[in-house]
Amino acid sequence: MIPHMNLALLVPALPLLGFLITGLGYKRFRNNQAGIIASSAVGLSFLISLSSLFVLRNSGQDSATLTLFNWISVGKMNIPFAFLIDHLSLTMMLIITGVGTLIHIYSIGYMHADNRVNSFFAQMNLFTFSMLLLVMGANYLILFIGWEGVGLCSYLLIGFWFENPAFNYAARKAFVMNRIGDLGFILGIILLFFTFNSVSFSEVFAQASSFQVGAPVITLITMLLLVGAVGKSAQIPLFTWLPDAMAGPTPVSALIHAATMVTAGIYMIARSSVLYILAPTTLTLITIIGLATALLGAIIGLKQNDIKKVLAYSTVSQLGYMFIALGVGAFSTAVFHVTTHAFFKALLFLGAGSIIHAMGGEQDIRKMGGLRTKMPVTYWTFLAATLAISGIPPFSGFFSKDLILSKAFEHNFILYILALGGALLTSFYMFRLLYLVFFGEQRLAGSHPHESPKVMTIPLIILAILSVFGGFLNVPTLFGGDSNFGVFLQKAMTSFSGEELSHTTEISLILISSLLIGLVILFAYRTFVTKVLVPKADGEPMSFFGKFITNKFYIDEFYATIFEKPFRFLSGFLYQKIETTILNPAIEGIGVATLKLGELVRKIQRGNMSFYFFAMVAGILLFIIFILTI
Amino acid sequence: MKNFSSAIQVIPLEHYIILCTTLFCIGLVGVLYRRNTIIILMCIELMFNSVNLLLTAFSAYHSDPAGQVFVFFIMIVAAAEVAVGLSILVMMKRNVDSVDINLLNRLKW
Amino acid sequence: MVFLFYFLSAIMVISALLVVSTRSPINSVIYLIVCFITMAGHYILLNAQFLAVVQIIVYTGAIMVLFLFVIMLLNLNKITVPTKTSLTRIAALITGGLFFLVLIAATRLTFEIHPRYAFDSKIGLVSEVGKTLFGEFLLPFELSSVIFISSMVGAVMFGKKDK
Repeated sequence: MIPHMNLALLVPALPLLGFLITGLGYKRFRNNQAGIIASSAVGLSFLISLSSLFVLRNSGQDSATLTLFNWISVGKMNIPFAFLIDHLSLTMMLIITGVGTLIHIYSIGYMHADNRVNSFFAQMNLFTFSMLLLVMGANYLILFIGWEGVGLCSYLLIGFWFENPAFNYAARKAFVMNRIGDLGFILGIILLFFTFNSVSFSEVFAQASSFQVGAPVITLITMLLLVGAVGKSAQIPLFTWLPDAMAGPTPVSALIHAATMVTAGIYMIARSSVLYILAPTTLTLITIIGLATALLGAIIGLKQNDIKKVLAYSTVSQLGYMFIALGVGAFSTAVFHVTTHAFFKALLFLGAGSIIHAMGGEQDIRKMGGLRTKMPVTYWTFLAATLAISGIPPFSGFFSKDLILSKAFEHNFILYILALGGALLTSFYMFRLLYLVFFGEQRLAGSHPHESPKVMTIPLIILAILSVFGGFLNVPTLFGGDSNFGVFLQKAMTSFSGEELSHTTEISLILISSLLIGLVILFAYRTFVTKVLVPKADGEPMSFFGKFITNKFYIDEFYATIFEKPFRFLSGFLYQKIETTILNPAIEGIGVATLKLGELVRKIQRGNMSFYFFAMVAGILLFIIFILTI
Repeated sequence: MKNFSSAIQVIPLEHYIILCTTLFCIGLVGVLYRRNTIIILMCIELMFNSVNLLLTAFSAYHSDPAGQVFVFFIMIVAAAEVAVGLSILVMMKRNVDSVDINLLNRLKW
Repeated sequence: MVFLFYFLSAIMVISALLVVSTRSPINSVIYLIVCFITMAGHYILLNAQFLAVVQIIVYTGAIMVLFLFVIMLLNLNKITVPTKTSLTRIAALITGGLFFLVLIAATRLTFEIHPRYAFDSKIGLVSEVGKTLFGEFLLPFELSSVIFISSMVGAVMFGKKDK
């Protein structure tokens, strides 16, 4: 037991407290009170996470388990309510609380005009609590509580403006899609329990070493867990909810659908790395899913015109990269990309929020333009984030993405080429977005964009600093660093120790990718700034491929055809044939029969005492005869 | 203490049973046959007594005093029942000015 | 003793039939008293002296006096014209007869009785009954006072004039 480690219990407790205060007292708070309470709860939580990190470092141990109480104890099953504090969960805790704090502060400014701002902060705090539970849980069951908790909060926050039916639909869609994944996840946990008689991380991983590589049961478990991760992290085939989830307020998109919740799947797989190492088939599948998602997201992102949708598809694509990293066994790299992605994607979303705020709710990038001079802080921070996500050295995205690419190169050359192609697409659509929004002339007449208030810009600036310098957490040996972050994480999970690339190869890879990205950026500049090509309006005809991409490959329509229509047909059939012709008359018949019988029997109740005497004696008589006959 | 002789030694138990059943059925017929409430109450007493006699007969037959104690309890209950029954009768007389059982026909409400 | 048994039984059945069949309630009460006194005789024959005494005191002494008292108080001793239809009477007789037959059949069918304990003529004496009553049945005996008080309260409540 490490002294002072109990302090870490406060990390999830504070957001819970904040949720209870703002949630129970939501009618009392005026102005920014709820926001300040919520932000300070998460902020304090961040400070405590930071101190926990130092406590753990100074103790010289790799992990600490904090057991609160014995939760389920039935027969052989013994599940304590415990938290596991190690380097992986600390990393996630720091991301969640750190980025979370900034987004909470930003929300004070962004949501100040909303009349349900108190509920908003309550739900945000509840989300933070659930997410912390997810990453801190010492067994799969607590992870699952958090997993479901974040799903619920995601549903609530996507449908935050529930007056709009389309937003409600988006929230439902997210919930149902996640449910599909959760089913796989819970089956995985059950199978895990049957196999290992425990769901605790430490016991499961200790026992896992006795299994052969490629053992069928491990493969099955990892596949089922993967289904959960695919649902939560918006991978093919369950990714369509994430772009629709942009219906929620922008800070929600930043916190839940970019920085934290969607990375829960990555976290879970990284946490289970011991199991996944034993299942090469699953790893291959993860790589394929990740690659397909990364490319698909990037391609769809090329043609989107809604600023948040572009970012959403970019998130899908980046999550695909993380899956690639997981698939090639580079778990720590995946978590590193989670970290940098949290910085720059949160920044992009918050910047987008700032733009939307300034444009009075307008989200269509075709109507923006020329915001560079009007909103300098937003512009510069957005630029930093765009450079980071494109992978320009030395911004943070460069380090993580380049690491993923080099791992992919180690693994398979075709994988590398395709992943690099995805990266080029990423930089193209990101710069398309940047140029269309900030360069050129203002295309929306009659609006007067203005820079956002300080409460919104300061988080932007902090995140920009993190986006720029976040990569230095993990400077590869090539640049004289020692991969601190990776080594830090190695203690919490295993990795493939593939042969290291020679520095020459690595340098040439970096040069090639940087060069190509530079060319792409130049191309985007010529297209959108020099030629001022604004994407066509919705109604205008376009080429076949353009139409195909604009309509997101018709995936939603495809799902509607193969899942929704048969289901609707089945429901209609059951309703019309079974319900109305069989069930309803049957149930109504029972009621009618009872009433008729009552009418009949009512006549016996005449109220005559002597008749009752007779009835009683007759009853006794019958009873005695009955007893005699048996 | 000298030994007493008991009728149970010379009379078969079946005879007691037939006697008590007869009495019980007479009381039952009375309850069904008469419409004067006070006679109905008396018939109920008659039925009680037939049961009492049977219990006593069995008690003597088995030489178990518990049966006679039960008879004592039945008497207690009968006394209580008579008190309540007669007060209901008084109230009925006061309200409908009759003791005819057929006038008690409001139980359906 | 055998003669006494059948004699008492005959008186008992006849008086019981008269209780049911006389028109006047006063006569019914008197026949019932006769019936109860013969019942006490039966108790004496069965050596149940305690019960015989209680039968005389409680039934014929208290309960029947209560009946008489109520009849006189309410002036019920009028011969009323029977209003029950003959159908009801026949139904009552048939039901009673059926009941009798069924009960007799039940005793014939089911009972094969043997004495439980060796014969003891003393069990009906006051001392024996008292020992059982205050030993094994002390709690029910005490609880019977609750029945009495509740019936007393009920009787008083019913007997009160409506305001």
